[in-house]
Amino acid sequence: MIQHLIVLPVVVPLVAGILLLYQRQGLVRYKRIVSVVATVLMLLAAISLVKTAAQGEIVYYALGDWQPPFGIVLVLDRLSALMLLITALLAVGAVVFACAGDDEKGSNFHGLFQWQLLGINGAFLTGDLFNLFVFFEVLLLASYALLLHGGGKARIQASVHYVVLNLAGSSLFLIAVGILYGATGTLNMADMGQRLVDLPAERQGLVTAGALMLLVVFGLKAAIVPLYFWLPRAYAAAPAPVAALFAIMTKVGIYAILRVYSLIFSESAGTLDALEQSWIWWLALATLAVAGIGVIAARDLRLLVAYLVLISVGTLLAGVGMRSPQAISALLYYLMHTTLITGGLFLLAEMIGLQRGKAGTRIVKGRPMVQGNALALLFFIGAIAVIGMPPLSGAVGKALMLNAAEGTQRLWLWPLLLLASLASLVALSRAGSTLFWRSHRGSFSGSPLARRQWFGVVWLLSAAPILVALAGPISDYTQATAEQLSHPQRLIDTLISNAGEAP
Amino acid sequence: METLYAITTGVLTACGLYLTLRGRTFPVVVGLTLTSYAVNLFLFSMGGLTTDGATIVNGDGAYADPLPQALVLTAIVIGFAMTAFVVILAMRARSEAGNDHVDGRKEDRE
Repeated sequence: MIQHLIVLPVVVPLVAGILLLYQRQGLVRYKRIVSVVATVLMLLAAISLVKTAAQGEIVYYALGDWQPPFGIVLVLDRLSALMLLITALLAVGAVVFACAGDDEKGSNFHGLFQWQLLGINGAFLTGDLFNLFVFFEVLLLASYALLLHGGGKARIQASVHYVVLNLAGSSLFLIAVGILYGATGTLNMADMGQRLVDLPAERQGLVTAGALMLLVVFGLKAAIVPLYFWLPRAYAAAPAPVAALFAIMTKVGIYAILRVYSLIFSESAGTLDALEQSWIWWLALATLAVAGIGVIAARDLRLLVAYLVLISVGTLLAGVGMRSPQAISALLYYLMHTTLITGGLFLLAEMIGLQRGKAGTRIVKGRPMVQGNALALLFFIGAIAVIGMPPLSGAVGKALMLNAAEGTQRLWLWPLLLLASLASLVALSRAGSTLFWRSHRGSFSGSPLARRQWFGVVWLLSAAPILVALAGPISDYTQATAEQLSHPQRLIDTLISNAGEAP
Repeated sequence: METLYAITTGVLTACGLYLTLRGRTFPVVVGLTLTSYAVNLFLFSMGGLTTDGATIVNGDGAYADPLPQALVLTAIVIGFAMTAFVVILAMRARSEAGNDHVDGRKEDRE
């Protein structure tokens, strides 16, 4: 049983998604039950996978018992287990929130939601480059449809850009995979890393081109600076539970960068070692600067949160750019915090918009809200966490990141990261005081919100105190993860040395 | 054969890229389709171009690399679904925004 556990995060949403296809509309109650049960099952599977991975062993699952490097494998190490857990935690909050009524605004919400989870989980687990492309496409197709859920002009406009850009990105991904296959003769990431060690000199240029093309593709997904223009509009236009789930999508890009460049282009790859590092480092700093300006300029709460996502992308990528185990460990802690909190903030923005009625999420004066105090309290907690002020998780995450910078890196990272934090502090305090304090006199607006929506937001925002309370064990785990990532040879040995044995 | 193949792929990519950068949705969709054809050709050639080879394995004789074929097949299927989706999306955008500009804006008078 335990060896089949790895495939569960892929199979559970697949089966649930197929079940949920039955009838486009109607049967809302049953669909909600199936969707929530499947998501909770995923969470349980993710927890037990983290427990397995925490022992430090790398486990793989050969689909159809085709052994690597020939068959497609799902690989479970500390990093992929952690990402699965974050996805599942986020998904539980988002799906429960959607059950309050967002799922009825169009057809097939829950089915598409499950397939999006299938794509995300698959991308985190797979050990094969082409399979990574396939899972990217699965999650993208589901996200295209989810972004359009509920319709409306703004959503369609945002999706045209999103879809066209991502289709172009997919073509680039295929070209890059083709080049790498042509140059190394394998698609298994571990095997590719091994073969790069004795790569003929005339193929070096080809592999470099392929590697940097992959960086463009992953950068597009992660929304790094010249490739981020799709993000603010798409995230601001998406329905709230979808936007919350999208909070993990940029992290899929970051995960892919971490995985591909630590495993394939590791120290043993000789001159190809760390060829992405300088690109990522400078672009990450540029992302931080641009996002800081965007946060101040945003005149809508949802747009503001979208730019907060961009700040987190810049911070995370700066961690990737530093490429030291300490930075990776800090980055993983920050990643947990930022995914859950920004997801929660997207949900909270929707609730505030619902309760304000006509004023919506625009940061303008409006009538006071019925449940204004409770919403303000949650907003306050979320804002403190996301800005990175003590005592919540953002402070720990950012302190770890700042501490991981060394030498001249400090000179660049410290001012930019702190200024970006200051920008979000200014923007969020302005937004909060306008939304909650500077209201017109008059009757209260809005009706009380559904309990499921409260649950969704509280579930995600409670990550902030919990991550602080458990900071010790979590940072032990992330340090072990970073250490595991910096020794890709163990993964390669696990996968490739077993290849000769009879199944 | 290699030269002809390379020129075909290159011309397709160039046309696709040019059309993708246009301002209206129809050329963009056609451009994306052309790019995906070019990508399929490119992937196919990645196992090395062989003629008169066996499909899979032929004893000691020359045989074609089967993996790029499988990759192309997957890419074609995915590309086809994506094209269908983007066509419908372009039509929806046309009817919602009232024009077929990718930004959905009323055009400046040319």
